[in-house]
Amino acid sequence: MNVEQVFREERGRLLATLVKRFGDLDLAEEVTSDAIEAALRHWPVDGVPDRPGAWLLTTARRKAVDRLRRDQVHAARLALLQVEVDRADPATTDALPDERLELFFTCAHPALPEEDRGALILRCLAGFTTPEVARAYLVPVTTMQQRIVRAKKKIREARIPFRVPDPHELPERLPGVLQAVYSIFTEGYAAQRADLAGEAIRLARILRALLPGEREVTGLLALMLLVHARRDARSELLEDQDRTLWDRDMIDEGSALAEAALTGGHGPYGVQAAINALHDEAPDFASTDWPQIAALYDVLNKLTPSPVIALNRAVAIAMRDGPSAGLALLDELAAEPRLRDYHPYRVARAGLLHRLGRAGEAAQAYREAIALAGTESERDFLRRRLTAIEGQP
Amino acid sequence: MKYMLLIYAASDQQSSCTVEDWIAHEKEMKDAGVLVSGHSLADLVTATTVQVGPDGKRAVTDGPFAETREVLGGYEIIDVPDLDAALEWAAKCPGSRDGGAVVVRPIAEF
Repeated sequence: MNVEQVFREERGRLLATLVKRFGDLDLAEEVTSDAIEAALRHWPVDGVPDRPGAWLLTTARRKAVDRLRRDQVHAARLALLQVEVDRADPATTDALPDERLELFFTCAHPALPEEDRGALILRCLAGFTTPEVARAYLVPVTTMQQRIVRAKKKIREARIPFRVPDPHELPERLPGVLQAVYSIFTEGYAAQRADLAGEAIRLARILRALLPGEREVTGLLALMLLVHARRDARSELLEDQDRTLWDRDMIDEGSALAEAALTGGHGPYGVQAAINALHDEAPDFASTDWPQIAALYDVLNKLTPSPVIALNRAVAIAMRDGPSAGLALLDELAAEPRLRDYHPYRVARAGLLHRLGRAGEAAQAYREAIALAGTESERDFLRRRLTAIEGQP
Repeated sequence: MKYMLLIYAASDQQSSCTVEDWIAHEKEMKDAGVLVSGHSLADLVTATTVQVGPDGKRAVTDGPFAETREVLGGYEIIDVPDLDAALEWAAKCPGSRDGGAVVVRPIAEF
């Protein structure tokens, strides 16, 4: 790990501690950067201090006091802050307290726009710069800058608190945090950026260390590991993937976590993790435990009903009971507005029609899928399938 | 920190909240020491709008009338530590139910 990576790790923790102290995200961000810059200047010359975390915190607090002295708007807070600085000398404590959980809940607060929550988490907890966050979400830097400034203004002026919700509030608040972390993962997949997906996994690990008893946190981590384990093979559909390219260690870890997430109860992330564990553990597509997967999709569709889940359930039932059973279910979903422009629906139909020997209709479904597919690599892949069907006598 | 809770009623839906619900809500806020002030507004047909033009001339018009299905029916100003506390009170407000909505606006501090 190089120095920058060490600081990326420390940054979120330091930032969280400072937000807690000062109640001001902007100030905390500024002095966190200042302290890290100072460390990069001093440590190569003076050597790394015994307690790097405490050194960074002390430096950041001094910088904060300096800034507040200069800044009349914040002057009123100074007296309060001075007491804080005098009272506890951080050099006497070994490790920084971990207050990142508070920061997760602030960044993913329901009063903030949903699309900004993942961006804030990347910035505050993953140590991304604004241009890095902009690249992650494929938007111009100025756009991301405006979004982050607006979100921070709301945190400050509407006084969104820096706190972990009470246990009775958790069922309402935790899904928002998990959704934000998962959005970073899916964004990484949409942009074909394994590093971003890896970052989401790292964030989920932090979250799990902070909330070890929450099964859905474990379920989310398991789900992401079990999907990410197939990253090197995912230019093909699951049925055609070279399973020797799958990451066995990641599958083992993910499967164990999925089991833990489904012990004594279940939530949507845990169930999705279990479905992916069954895929990852199957020696090939045909011998996958389809009855179990179909049953899990039933459970999932009850927890969080959606046409996309119904589509996946139909595919699993086609594998369990044969293509006509699956096709009948797909046809029932034909009127779903959310599936009309969703190319995996057409791909699934095409596959089942092909298996039923209805080549003409299958080819038509592939053509529809090609017109709807989002990326060139998907279109390429579907064209190959179409050619294969049309080439048949 | 002070927040204004703007209470919007759904014009197309009858509220199931009784006067007693509102009285109990006001008492709860008073007992908790968070209520700064609050009033319900008379029917929208009684509203009058005033605008003063660049020439200083006063324009008085009847209305406005409800163009959307949500009508501002009252407000409360509360003094609480943070947004979470304000949202909690907004959720307790009878006006947030039956298709109504409570908009939480922080009062600007200068």
